[in-house]
Amino acid sequence: MTKPNSVVIIGGGHNGLICGTYLAKAGYKVQVLEARDNVGGGASTASFADGYRTSGLAHVLYGLNAKVCKDLKLNIANLASAPPVDTISLQLDGDHVTLARDEVSANSLSSKDVQAYRAFKQEFRGYAKALQPLMMNAPPRLKDMDKKDKLTLAKLGWSLRFGLGTNSMREFLRVGGINIYDVLNEVFDSPSLKGAIAVDAVLGQHMGPRTPNTVLTYLQRLWGETQAVQSIPVGGMGKVSEILETAAIEAGVAIRTGAKVAKILVENGRSQGVVLQSGERIDASIVVSNTDAKTTFIDLVGASQLDAMFCHRVNSVRQNGDVAKLHFALSELPIFSGLSPSQLGQRLIIAPDMRYVEHAFNHSKYGEYSENPVVEITIPSIGDSSLTPAGHHVMSVSATFAPYQLKEGWQTQSRDAFVQRVIQTIEHYAPGFSATLVATELLTPVDIEDQYNTAGGHWHHGELSIDQSFMMRPVHGSAQYLTPIDGLYLCGAAAHPGGGITGVPGHNAAQRILAMGGT
Amino acid sequence: MKNYDAIIIGAGHNGLTNATFLAKAGLDVVVLEKNDYIGGATASLELHKDWKYSNCSYVCSLFRPEIYQALDLGRHGLEVVPLQGSVTFKQNGDYLGSYHQPTVWRREVARHSKRDADAAIRFDADLMKWCRLIRGFLLRTPPDPASFKIRDAMEFAYLLKRFYSLSESQIYEFIRFFTMSIAEYLEQYFESDVILAHFSGGSIIGTGLGVYSPGTAYVLLHHAMGDVDGNVGSWGFARGGMGSVSAAIGSAFKSHGGEIRTRAEVQNIIVKGRKAIGVRLASGEQVHAKAVVSNLDAKRTFLSLMDANDIPAELVKRAENFKIRGSSGKVNIALDGLPEFPALPKGSPLTLGHMHFTDTLERLERAYDDWKDDRWSQDPYVDMVIPTQYDPTMAPPGKHMMSVFVQYCPVEADGGWTDAKRDAFGTAVIDQIGDYSPNFKDLILHAEIRTPRELEAEVGLTEGNIFQGELTLDQLMFNRPFPGYAQYRGPVKNMYMCSSSNHPGGGVMGAPGANSAREILRDLGKTDTTPEDFGDD
Repeated sequence: MTKPNSVVIIGGGHNGLICGTYLAKAGYKVQVLEARDNVGGGASTASFADGYRTSGLAHVLYGLNAKVCKDLKLNIANLASAPPVDTISLQLDGDHVTLARDEVSANSLSSKDVQAYRAFKQEFRGYAKALQPLMMNAPPRLKDMDKKDKLTLAKLGWSLRFGLGTNSMREFLRVGGINIYDVLNEVFDSPSLKGAIAVDAVLGQHMGPRTPNTVLTYLQRLWGETQAVQSIPVGGMGKVSEILETAAIEAGVAIRTGAKVAKILVENGRSQGVVLQSGERIDASIVVSNTDAKTTFIDLVGASQLDAMFCHRVNSVRQNGDVAKLHFALSELPIFSGLSPSQLGQRLIIAPDMRYVEHAFNHSKYGEYSENPVVEITIPSIGDSSLTPAGHHVMSVSATFAPYQLKEGWQTQSRDAFVQRVIQTIEHYAPGFSATLVATELLTPVDIEDQYNTAGGHWHHGELSIDQSFMMRPVHGSAQYLTPIDGLYLCGAAAHPGGGITGVPGHNAAQRILAMGGT
Repeated sequence: MKNYDAIIIGAGHNGLTNATFLAKAGLDVVVLEKNDYIGGATASLELHKDWKYSNCSYVCSLFRPEIYQALDLGRHGLEVVPLQGSVTFKQNGDYLGSYHQPTVWRREVARHSKRDADAAIRFDADLMKWCRLIRGFLLRTPPDPASFKIRDAMEFAYLLKRFYSLSESQIYEFIRFFTMSIAEYLEQYFESDVILAHFSGGSIIGTGLGVYSPGTAYVLLHHAMGDVDGNVGSWGFARGGMGSVSAAIGSAFKSHGGEIRTRAEVQNIIVKGRKAIGVRLASGEQVHAKAVVSNLDAKRTFLSLMDANDIPAELVKRAENFKIRGSSGKVNIALDGLPEFPALPKGSPLTLGHMHFTDTLERLERAYDDWKDDRWSQDPYVDMVIPTQYDPTMAPPGKHMMSVFVQYCPVEADGGWTDAKRDAFGTAVIDQIGDYSPNFKDLILHAEIRTPRELEAEVGLTEGNIFQGELTLDQLMFNRPFPGYAQYRGPVKNMYMCSSSNHPGGGVMGAPGANSAREILRDLGKTDTTPEDFGDD
């Protein structure tokens, strides 16, 4: 017999934990089922070589939602000991560009660009803030709206019209749907500065700077900036998940790891619970899936339970990842030309200009990895010696583009070749780096799919493009955290507003479930 | 000195359309044109003795039937011949033919993929649905989202009402269609490479985007919207070339008492006390009028026709940032006879339509990658037609004229255009056609090669952009040409715009000209002579 108000959450990633905590606080009996041995999903700390640990997937924390932290009284004080980090875009001539929240510096930058950067960040952060009513609520339906939908739309309209004012609203409506390339060319002169900003508009996506939609991606990142400072958590991203886990347990959430869900039980169009891979059946009045759309609907629910056009839409979701994660164990701290030791602890990127990024992207369109990849580097062991043996270091790298569907397949040869491309790219900026390598781990999007149970291995469980955002995320017919199956909800990055360690999908999904009165 | 009611700068088809509606309302109108012929990019020229060319625009499909009827262009000599089918040649010697007969078309698609033949029915139906919805927006002035005026609110209400005639699911599909790439949109329907490529081509014509760039699915509509003989989505040739379109509008204009002055290049618009009062010609002559209408693109209008001191500084910046990057070239070829295409069955009607030689999405996308790096496509996408098969008046008996539209060709070839580079670009195009037609190269009597450089110099299209401004979301509807200036009124009183830089954009459509006329007549308190759209029936 299904107990009333019993909830099963599939996947103990951060959104699953947050959604579960909200529901448990509201009196629901919540059980989180996690396939892996630890909760956290993409926000985990993992060992990749004997004695070396680092953040498994996500490695920079930049947008953990302020409301979620406050509501759940998350003890982020532990994390705050990690100081905010800047982004430093490395240049071959050593004239690196340092980007802080509103300040940018490099020897070659004109004062015009420095001032323009401040104005640009404030203007664009304004757009991102104006979207707040849309971000923190279920995206409204565009027809047959309920009261809540109308309220969200009214708040959004008000925020755009009066929050921004005539000129900013016009400008937002002009640039909101286009590419970052044209916008940056309008605003800045310096190629290196433009390249550095463009990275934040394409990272995690199957997009180059010239791809329309990249302004939207950038705004999502800036929205994160309005919530929390960018930092590299001490203890790795797993520390964030530990805090979430503690909060969940305190709220009464039961967490089971090593419990992989094989099937969502559906009878008469209503979910009844789940069946684990072990065969164990768990009944629940509500099932919440924190996994991606394809896994949820095609693998766990099954096409036979769903409308054919709906399945077609789910199968058409673009959710193939383009980012590889690499972990390097180093015998000593690498020396980057022109970087002081204190700068080494920042977020370093290799994207010298927009053309470089666009060329890197070109390859991925044809199922090739980038000849010269865009690289994001952190060295978390600088602020946290517990991650490595004494004196040693660990470097955590996101390298893009590395398409899920590589034409030649991700076999030994292509894997080795890609690792070499990344090492050589870093070596250009840190001569001698390769000589310090002790161990290497490569996670291609295929590995990420396998190890983190997300089809396609996409950072955001699906491209953040307009056609897959808002009331169309992941697909229309399942966009308000609801699904065509009664009692089945979505709470992960596949749902609005998408990925990143923000906790917002988990928060919004919980609000939605509570608003539905627990059915 | 004579004082006109209105001056139109530039006798392109939109300028002429605008002028005719004003003249029809009883205004005293003059059109000033720098060339010694009218039509701008809608012209038929003799570039090789006895051969007439539509040397810029080359097919007629977007021209609004409402305008055709309102101006009685049939009586003024415009005859549009529907164009039959089209074909995409495959590298393996096969081809995909497109036929008007639905059963024949379906059988042809099935030859490449049975699944796609079923999908084609669904696709055609969906596309026509979007076409019908969008068509209703063409002959209207975009509302300003920042305005509190009743007229703008009413217009928004009208648009929403139209939008809400769709079901909820259709609304989302429509938004997706508007924001997706053509490749990804089509991949939801089709699996066969050649079918995907066949449908994608129309979406990149004239744009600085590739088939995988979001926002290109909508451009397909821009080309599928044509309306010949009432068939939504079909194309046609103007008998006598595109110059016949301009000639017919010019004739209608004159029948309403209008005056056209060629070789009258306007140097600038004269502004006094924040009001436009007339123009100054290159000859030094001044012509005065109550309204001055620019049919030049937004960049030329604000950066060269107007003095920076006469307009807000913000507008100068907007004009400088206006995206108008040319991406297309054109090769016009005089032929000694009809080229043969051995891949097609003897006597196939497919040579009568558009011919294409790019059979995969990857080849289309790589053509775009070249353009991004300021190179012309090494393996370009071409849209080729031989109009003399319908209209023998355009060439001597037995001879033919071929019009080859080429995507992509950069504004500035890496390091700048030279005549040698222009010829190399032409050779790349001719070689591609030669690969599919063994006797083609021997038939060539004359070839005119036009890169964006030539388009800008001769026709006055800035950077050679055929739409007078790229068709991306930042430059559509209420953003076209700039936010706050999308209602055809300029920054000073009595100054107006009517070119394709304004809503609804480029193509030989006449809609910007008509919409602008409606606003001018409104300001002058005259009867509206412009037509409303026919609606769906």
